[in-house]
Amino acid sequence: MIPELGHFALILALLLSATQGGFSLGGAARGNHAWMAAGRSAVVGQFVFTAVAFAALAWSFAERDFSVLYVAANSNSQLPLFYRIAAVWGAHEGSLLLWSLCLAGWTLAVTAASASLDAPFRSRVIGILGLISIGFQLFMLTTSNPFDRLMPAAAEGQDLNPLLQDFALAVHPPILYFGYVGFSVAFAFACATLLEGRLDAAWARWTRPWTLAAWLFLTIGIALGSWWAYYELGWGGWWFWDPVENASFMPWLAGTALIHSLAVTEKRGLFKSWTLLLAVSAFSLSLLGTFLVRSGVLISVHAFATDPARGIFILAFLTVVIGGALALFAWRAPRLNSAAGFEVTSRESFLLFNNAFLVAALSLILLGTLYPLFMDALELGKVSVGPPYFDLVFLVPMIPLLALLGVGMHAAWKRGLLGSMRVRLVVVAAGSLAGALIIGAAAYGDIRPMSTVGFALGLWVMLSSALIPVMRLRSRQPLPAAVVGMVVAHFGIGLATLGITGVQSFKIEKDFALGIGEAATIAGYEFKFAALRDVRGPNYVGVEADIVVSRAAVPVTVLKPQKRLYNSGGNPLSEAGIEVGAARDLFAALGDELGQGRWSVRLQYKPLIRCIWLGAILVALGGLIAAFDRRYRAPVTSTAGDRAVAPAR
Amino acid sequence: MKLPSRFILPAAAFAVLVAFFVIGLQRDPGTIPSPLIGRSAPAFSLESLGDPAWRVGTADFAGRAWLLNVWATWCAGCRDEHEALLAIARENRVPIVGLNWRDDRSLALGWLAQLGNPYASVAYDPEGRTAIDWGVYGAPETFLVGADGRVLVKHIGPLTLDVWQRKFVPLLPSPGEGT
Amino acid sequence: MLAAALFFAVAAGAVDTGQRFDDQAQQARYERLIRDLRCLVCRSESIADSNATLAADLRREVERLMREGKSDAEIHAFMTERYGDFVLLRPPVAPRTWLLWAAPALFLVGGLAAVVVVIRRRALAARDNPSSLDEEAGEP
Repeated sequence: MIPELGHFALILALLLSATQGGFSLGGAARGNHAWMAAGRSAVVGQFVFTAVAFAALAWSFAERDFSVLYVAANSNSQLPLFYRIAAVWGAHEGSLLLWSLCLAGWTLAVTAASASLDAPFRSRVIGILGLISIGFQLFMLTTSNPFDRLMPAAAEGQDLNPLLQDFALAVHPPILYFGYVGFSVAFAFACATLLEGRLDAAWARWTRPWTLAAWLFLTIGIALGSWWAYYELGWGGWWFWDPVENASFMPWLAGTALIHSLAVTEKRGLFKSWTLLLAVSAFSLSLLGTFLVRSGVLISVHAFATDPARGIFILAFLTVVIGGALALFAWRAPRLNSAAGFEVTSRESFLLFNNAFLVAALSLILLGTLYPLFMDALELGKVSVGPPYFDLVFLVPMIPLLALLGVGMHAAWKRGLLGSMRVRLVVVAAGSLAGALIIGAAAYGDIRPMSTVGFALGLWVMLSSALIPVMRLRSRQPLPAAVVGMVVAHFGIGLATLGITGVQSFKIEKDFALGIGEAATIAGYEFKFAALRDVRGPNYVGVEADIVVSRAAVPVTVLKPQKRLYNSGGNPLSEAGIEVGAARDLFAALGDELGQGRWSVRLQYKPLIRCIWLGAILVALGGLIAAFDRRYRAPVTSTAGDRAVAPAR
Repeated sequence: MKLPSRFILPAAAFAVLVAFFVIGLQRDPGTIPSPLIGRSAPAFSLESLGDPAWRVGTADFAGRAWLLNVWATWCAGCRDEHEALLAIARENRVPIVGLNWRDDRSLALGWLAQLGNPYASVAYDPEGRTAIDWGVYGAPETFLVGADGRVLVKHIGPLTLDVWQRKFVPLLPSPGEGT
Repeated sequence: MLAAALFFAVAAGAVDTGQRFDDQAQQARYERLIRDLRCLVCRSESIADSNATLAADLRREVERLMREGKSDAEIHAFMTERYGDFVLLRPPVAPRTWLLWAAPALFLVGGLAAVVVVIRRRALAARDNPSSLDEEAGEP
């Protein structure tokens, strides 16, 4: 009964999306306010019914209704309630419903917050969001219905993939999707601008807080995924350049470029068409990511189960949405131009470089991710592109970006740097280099070219960022939220750089064969295999080891890695024992039992790894602070003067 | 309306991308293709599971079709497919040769004694070298080798009678031919 | 810079799943080789990182092949003959991957060139027409 209710609610949501799309766009084109109002009402209805559908699916999971195919495939009667709910988005169909709910939510928020925009523009934005909603709901109802019944009902479910039975699972996809879907707002603003043929840059100011919000969610979502992989997968890695990881990173890079480009467009009216293109691209990359993950064109461990029909649908949807937006761009963008000028060392310049490097990085990742597909399609053989390629190649645009970042933050708009600033920056740069050498020598006893470059760049960005509030406070200048946000976010980038350099340069991973009572030493820490016991969980059995860690005979901690076998079958899972520290993580994981009571144990020393995720949190926090700047909270007005619409057709 | 060339670039690039995706969707995604298909089966000569004095190898089956089934007692899927293997063995169309991968000899023998033995012979590969030669990465895996010694089919995962009928049977020599 | 990046890739960390070679250069080569091979069981890891049994077996094979004097290309060939090209994480440097390996330089140079062109135009506008510096987009 409840599943059918959910199914019905989804159908209603689709009808309302169509209403929303049709009446909003039609009303805007014809200047019909009644239609536009109808479109806005449809937004609320669509949200309500999507939420009902989502609740129905969650209910089916909570109540262990194995007559629903999706529930039977992804849940189990022994699965704890928390994970039963999280399993709603654990596989393809349910995650689409989550996408749809996020989209409905963002649309509702935009509708509510845009009352002061002029009606046709506002309706166009809502209408475009409605059209996108139609796509997802139609996709679900035709090829991926989460409410399909299983007759006769399964006696027991197949269980959620044990890897996904984890707290981070519950939060990683919703946060990530919030980010992906949030870029649709910038996309809709951009398309509405192009549709109307607007020549001004007011839309840049309206779009920026929404873009910041989506971007910060995406930042947290990606960081969560990385952190989760680190402690859950048992091998201590935190990024693998897997196609699905890249699918989330590319929109993030586009989004970062977009926020910076929006700054220039908002302030000086420059680069309007470029910024519009970026706004279209960020969401397009989100959609592209959806396609790559669900169509099966790329091999990935993250990929959802594939089905050609689904692949074709998404591709068609992609073509319509992205193709349509890019065609719109080709048609309207040429009309946009500006006569503004700026000097070579102005902030505009630096932001241009920022965009160039970010887009270069994005393009490299896109090329590397799709290259196997290109080669296969052209029958040039099978090629695989993995971390050895991406790790190398990503550095190429990133190193100059980080270097220029430290300078660009201080550049003034329009005109170049003041002389005194140059001196300060040279001092900070020298200090960063010195600091890098000191860290290398003192903390790790080793100075290498790349680690020094990495530490120096990290410190450079951190110190350069910190310089801004220090200088402003000393000269009693105001410190608006936008500036604080920027400082915090950039500081976070520097911190993350520090972390990445530390881990990549100085991590130690070793396997040992240990029996009870035996010990091994890495990085000055002694790891003693003290005990082994059986453990039992709600839906698994396994063994747990006690690994006593000490340094210079002083006890540090006891790590408890486990090896679990889930009742639903499958390969044994290794849960790592991790000791968290600001300066380093200590990591132990159980490998295979070697016989005669000895086990293969992998021990790892991971310096500065926490800085990576801490840095990411700061980046997101910076975005949050910036989004609340006073200039975005003032009611948005638009006068006849800046409407400047090009003559229709 | 004249379109300046550079503004049409994004749309054009996207169109090219879509074309690649259309081709990509038509090719078989998903499973990693085995480079062994169509090539000579990697030769091996290993101790027999039951009796270390005996040897089992590719030479034993020269000139006829045979199945290689990679299994181990620690592999849950191998237990799932055991019934199907017994049924296929009863059909007696091709001999099934077992490759016991990285297993304990006595455990493996006990397993067969308890569950039934579908194998004409079982090769013991405790170090996994032969499995690597055959590109094995996840038990159970089953290969069909033709009478000419070439690998015809590889199936990863438990063998079911359905898969047997669909993937293997069409490529078997017809009954009465080359056994 | 590319050379430095290569150095980084080689010098990164001590992936020591048991010191296999006394000779430092050989050990470094070994670590690089195992980082470039995918663990097919876990799929999102190299055989250096993975603690799967197959990964350990493949590491043993790499060591054996190295001791037999095989070259990197021969070791890669050994793996791809058995597991297909998917097992290599580092794409080969061959005519068909020329674009892939040239891309970093191409994209960087291309991006910089575009930026330089734009900056020059705007800086000249600023110099020739000082009022253009006052152009703003801000709301009234």
